[in-house]
Amino acid sequence: MQDLLRRYGAGLTAAFIGLTFFWLVMLVILPNFTMLESSFRPYLAKVDEGGPLDTYSFGNYMKIFGNEVDFSVFGWVIPTPVRVKVFLLTIFYSAVVTVIAFVLAYPLAFYLAKIASPKSLPTLFLLLFVPLWVSEILRSFAWWIILALKGPLNAVLMQLGVIDTEIRWIAGFSPVIIGLVYTYVLFMVFPLYNAMQSLDSNQIEAAEDLGSPWWRTHWRVILPHAKPGIASGAVMVFMLSAGSLLVPSLLGSTTSGWFTQTIQGIMLDSQDWNTGAAFAFMLLIICTLFVSVAMRVFGVKLSDIAK
Amino acid sequence: MSAGIELDNVCCDFGKFRAVDHVNVNIQPGEFFSFLGPSGCGKTTILRMISGFTEPTEGVIRIGGKDVRGQRPNQRPTALIFQNLALFPLMTIWENIAFGLEVRGVDRAKRRARAEELLALVDLHDSADKMVSQLSGGQKQRVAIARALAVEPAVMLLDEPLSALDLKLRQHMRAELRAIQKRTGVTFIYITHDQGEALAMSDRVGVMSQGRLQQVANPRDIYNNPVNGFVASFVGENNILKGDVQSSADGMASFQTAIGAFKARLPATATGALKLYVRPEHMLLAGNPGAENSVPVTLTEVAFEGNFISVHGITENGTVLVAELRNDGTATVPAEGSKMHMTFDARNSSILPDSATKGA
Repeated sequence: MQDLLRRYGAGLTAAFIGLTFFWLVMLVILPNFTMLESSFRPYLAKVDEGGPLDTYSFGNYMKIFGNEVDFSVFGWVIPTPVRVKVFLLTIFYSAVVTVIAFVLAYPLAFYLAKIASPKSLPTLFLLLFVPLWVSEILRSFAWWIILALKGPLNAVLMQLGVIDTEIRWIAGFSPVIIGLVYTYVLFMVFPLYNAMQSLDSNQIEAAEDLGSPWWRTHWRVILPHAKPGIASGAVMVFMLSAGSLLVPSLLGSTTSGWFTQTIQGIMLDSQDWNTGAAFAFMLLIICTLFVSVAMRVFGVKLSDIAK
Repeated sequence: MSAGIELDNVCCDFGKFRAVDHVNVNIQPGEFFSFLGPSGCGKTTILRMISGFTEPTEGVIRIGGKDVRGQRPNQRPTALIFQNLALFPLMTIWENIAFGLEVRGVDRAKRRARAEELLALVDLHDSADKMVSQLSGGQKQRVAIARALAVEPAVMLLDEPLSALDLKLRQHMRAELRAIQKRTGVTFIYITHDQGEALAMSDRVGVMSQGRLQQVANPRDIYNNPVNGFVASFVGENNILKGDVQSSADGMASFQTAIGAFKARLPATATGALKLYVRPEHMLLAGNPGAENSVPVTLTEVAFEGNFISVHGITENGTVLVAELRNDGTATVPAEGSKMHMTFDARNSSILPDSATKGA
């Protein structure tokens, strides 16, 4: 504080602190607190707000139960509330997206960090970034076109003779998974790249010199070193996927409900912001719990991720 | 089991730069061989070619008589100790040492037992379960040696492994390395820019400059009979005088310089532009001129260094000569400004060319 004052003077210091304060309070704490507060209140007509009916309860949160449908898990059919089913599928497929993103990002990050010549790096990074210059909506639409029944993907596969009849790609969760992986894979690539780049190349050579085949070098030396990077990439991809609305809305089918779409329906179609807020908080809290448990299981500390 | 190594006309190019230029050397099984040279002379490239990380552009490398071209480092019977050791920081000490055995599918109990054995060999008991970060520099050094020995290599390659240690520890580890080599009988190939290390530890030394092997010989010959000026001045100090050979006979020659004519050895290989090399410790100080190889000087600088006395003398034409007088406990320290004569024995001085222009 003293240091700031001496270096920048009173005016600038006040501006720094004021802006930080504004960002924290007005853009983070206040909106979230308002949402949290309203999530405990019932959705009432304007005249009843503040009246005797307007009391705090977990009523909105309990609305996730009810409307039981059959949910089949590995052959077992379990009657499950429809919104819980959507919720669990969202978590599951977000995890699937995370795993696929990791499988795609690992070799790419390794190539960038340890194989590519430093001279070609700027070009390679540019190629990775170029798709980000196009808005997410356009990119999702592009996939919608690519995956369409009479779209380019089917046309190419037919032309090559790989398939005889067109495949209906936009069905179930596959297009959502494809879209989410495409949208968020870079959030996996860069933390992985950073982690691998900090690995002393001599360690890779030492492992090989001691007779290690390439896969064991990856398993015992490179992967353990990259663990914090994997963790931060996985957290990012998982959270962004579970919270994504655009991709499931554009690329989803009738059978691919995403929990964010449920929240959107409640907030915009039913205009019930109280229940929507409750569901949004549930998503946030359970995703956070899921990530914490996963981190505990893989032995990663929060401070490792922050590095 | 140790193997010999043969470098047969080996060259290595990086783009247009020739890092290693026609190197020929035959290293015997069980030998402690050092490549000595300044940084950038190509010695590390030689090591990487033997271990398989770099392939020679030309020439053949044979390990135990077999051409190893195309074999990856994990297929060669060599173990490399890296300059920064490259221990695995996320594994315990014993896992580090046993990594090579893990790769070979040895079961866990046997691996652990072997790691303990090797830890005892390198004098590092009770450290098996520590992490790398808990060890000191010298201890890490020993772990790296144990890790390399665990795979029972036929050849150990060491890339300046002592350069990061402090002086005391370095001298201790020299003796230790030599002892381990004697005990295991493995061929050691040692890379260093430190002449003391190379001379003290090696059976033979190969002195390198600009990718070329200048001289391969035992440490005594490297120091006492250098084949050229580069070897003479990289290994030890010298008084260097320019001049011309007047006459020569039986390996000795008369050499005319700006400060007089001197008699010195003239190796048969010495051709082209030549200079006279006299080591400071072979330069003697006398009150009267000697029969030959004697120059009158005025002493300009006298420094008592403890085990020797360093004396700088200036001749009439301004040439500075350096003598180092051994302090045997009774040596008198000459006074600065006194006029004396510097002399040297013809057998202790050589007339040498600058350095090899083609691979030796």
